[in-house]
Amino acid sequence: MKKQKNIFNWQADRSKYPEKKKNGKLDIDMSSGKFVKLWQGPNHPGITGNMSLELTISGDEVVEAKTHVGYLHRGFEKLMERRLWIQCFPTCVRMCVAEPDYNEYLLAKSAEELSGIEIPEMAEWLRTLVLEMARLQSLLRTVPGQAGTLSLGVGVQWGVYLRDLVLDLFEELTGGRVYHMYIIPGGVRGLLPDGFKKRMEEVLKKIDEFVKNIENLMFNNIVFKKRTIGVGYIKPSWIDKYGIVGPNARAAGFKRDVRKDYPYLKYNELDFEVTSEKDSDIFARSMVRKKELIMTIDLIRQIMAKMPKKGDIKAPTPNVLHWKIPKGETYVRSESSRGEYGFYTVSDGSKTPRRINLRGPSYTHAISLLERMLVNANIADVHSIMVSLQTCPPEIER
Amino acid sequence: MENIIKDIQNRFEVSDIVNQRDNITFVTCEKEKTIALITHMKKNLGFKHFVLMTAVDWIEDGLFQLTYILNNPKKKLDVAIRTFISRENATMETAHKLWKQVSTYQRELKEMFGIDFPGSPRVNESFILEGWNDIPPYRRDFQTKEYAEKTYFPRPGRKTNDPSEYMKKNMS
Repeated sequence: MKKQKNIFNWQADRSKYPEKKKNGKLDIDMSSGKFVKLWQGPNHPGITGNMSLELTISGDEVVEAKTHVGYLHRGFEKLMERRLWIQCFPTCVRMCVAEPDYNEYLLAKSAEELSGIEIPEMAEWLRTLVLEMARLQSLLRTVPGQAGTLSLGVGVQWGVYLRDLVLDLFEELTGGRVYHMYIIPGGVRGLLPDGFKKRMEEVLKKIDEFVKNIENLMFNNIVFKKRTIGVGYIKPSWIDKYGIVGPNARAAGFKRDVRKDYPYLKYNELDFEVTSEKDSDIFARSMVRKKELIMTIDLIRQIMAKMPKKGDIKAPTPNVLHWKIPKGETYVRSESSRGEYGFYTVSDGSKTPRRINLRGPSYTHAISLLERMLVNANIADVHSIMVSLQTCPPEIER
Repeated sequence: MENIIKDIQNRFEVSDIVNQRDNITFVTCEKEKTIALITHMKKNLGFKHFVLMTAVDWIEDGLFQLTYILNNPKKKLDVAIRTFISRENATMETAHKLWKQVSTYQRELKEMFGIDFPGSPRVNESFILEGWNDIPPYRRDFQTKEYAEKTYFPRPGRKTNDPSEYMKKNMS
C-alpha cells in the first residue's frame, strides 16, 4: 500500500480485510491478529435499552456484527397465558416502555373483535388522542436522540423537558406517567379533565418552538450532516426482504403507514399525508421523524377540535373477572412511532388467553437488518446507525 | 381476497377458512405443503411482507400450531396460514430463504417451544436464554411459578411471614 500523503488521501487498508471462503462466508481467523472482538453493550450510552452488539472489527471497520438480546426477558407472553384478560393489561404495557399505549390498545381491540364488541365514538376519539400523545412523547426522545449520538446533547435535554410536559398531561388524563392502562376492553377509563384542551395547546406551542430549534441544531448543522448523509444506507430492495416498516421504510420512499393503509379508530376522519424521503440514510430517517413530529402535533390539534364534548366512553362488557372470550384468533395492527406494531391473539374460549404474540418492528430492525447494516460501517457510526433504526429491545424478548 | 383464497384452495387444498375481517383470512394447510404455499404466495400473489411467525401449544391435542402471517402491501390484504405439527417430533421445514428475518423467528421458536427447523442459520444458538437446561419455557407444561420458586426463592436470609400471624404478634 502506498504511503499516505495526508489525511485527505487516506484509504482503508483492504489487505487486512477478510477474504471470502468458497462458501461465500468471510474467512475470519481471530488468531491471525487482524481482527478484534468489540462488545458494545449491554449497558452502553449508545445502546437503546439492554442489548449488546458483538462486533468483529478490522482496523476501525466492522466486518461482522451479531445482536445479543436476553438481558431484559421477563416472559410477558407466557405470563399472560396464566392471567385473566383484564389482568394482562398491566403486563402487556411493559412490553415496550417507549410507547406502552399501543399494547393496551391492541389487546383491548383483540378482545373486542373476538367478542364482537363495538366501542362508542367518544372512546374512539379518546383512544386516537392517547395513541398520538404516545407517538408525540416517543418522538420527542427519538428525534433529538439521533443528534445525541453525535454528541449534540442539548437537543436531548430540550426533548426530555418537553416529554415531561406531555407526561404531565398523561398523568392528568390517566393517573399514570409512563404506563397508563387507560384503554380497557369496551372503551377507555375516563373523559378529558376540565381545561385539558387549553393545557394541551400550551404544551404544543412549546413543542412548535422546539421543532424550529431542532431544525438549526440538527438539519442545518454541518456536523450532523457530515455524520449522517450517506451513512447507514438501506437499499430499497431490502424493505420487503428484511421486513422493514415505519419511518425506516418511509425514508427509502415507501409510503406505507398503517394509519392510512388500514385505517383504525378515527384516522380516516383526520387530514394527513404520509411523510417520506428518498435517500434512505440516517439523515433521511431523521427528517422523516421530524416531519412526523410536526404531523403528530397537527393531528392532536385536529383531534382536540373534532372531539365531541360528551358521550359514552365505554360499551357494556361482561364482568371482567369471569369474562370468557369466545374461541378464535385474530391479528390487529397499529402504527407506532417505529412502524407496524401488531398483536396476534388466540383465545380457546377460557378466561385466559391461549396465546398473545407481539409483532414489534425492532424484532427485524435490530437483528437481521442491523447485523447486515453494520458490516463495513466505521465503529464510530455503529451507535448512530442503531439509534436511526429506533430499536426497542424489550419488544424483541417480550 | 376471494380469488386468492380460491387459488390457494385449488392448488394447496387449504381448509378451515375463516374470514376474520374484510382484509384478513385464516387458513389451515398441511405441514408438507406449507412452505410451498408460502413461496407461491410470495412469488405469484404479491404477499411480499412477512408479518410474523409464531407457535401455539395445543398440549391437549399433542400438537403445535405454527402460524405464518403474510401481507400483500399493494392490495392491503393479510393471509394467516396455520399448520399443525406433532409435539413429540416438533420439526418443520425452514422458510429462511424467503425472508431474511425468518431465521430469527425460527431461532426463537427452537429455544422457546423446542420446534426444530433443520438448516436454518444459527438455529441452535441461544437467543434469549443462556445456559437453559429445563424444558422449553413457552410450552404449556412448563410451570413458571414452580420454576421461579425452585430457582429464585427463598433466598438465604429472607423470611416469609403469614400476614395474620405477623400482625397478631406485633399488635399484642
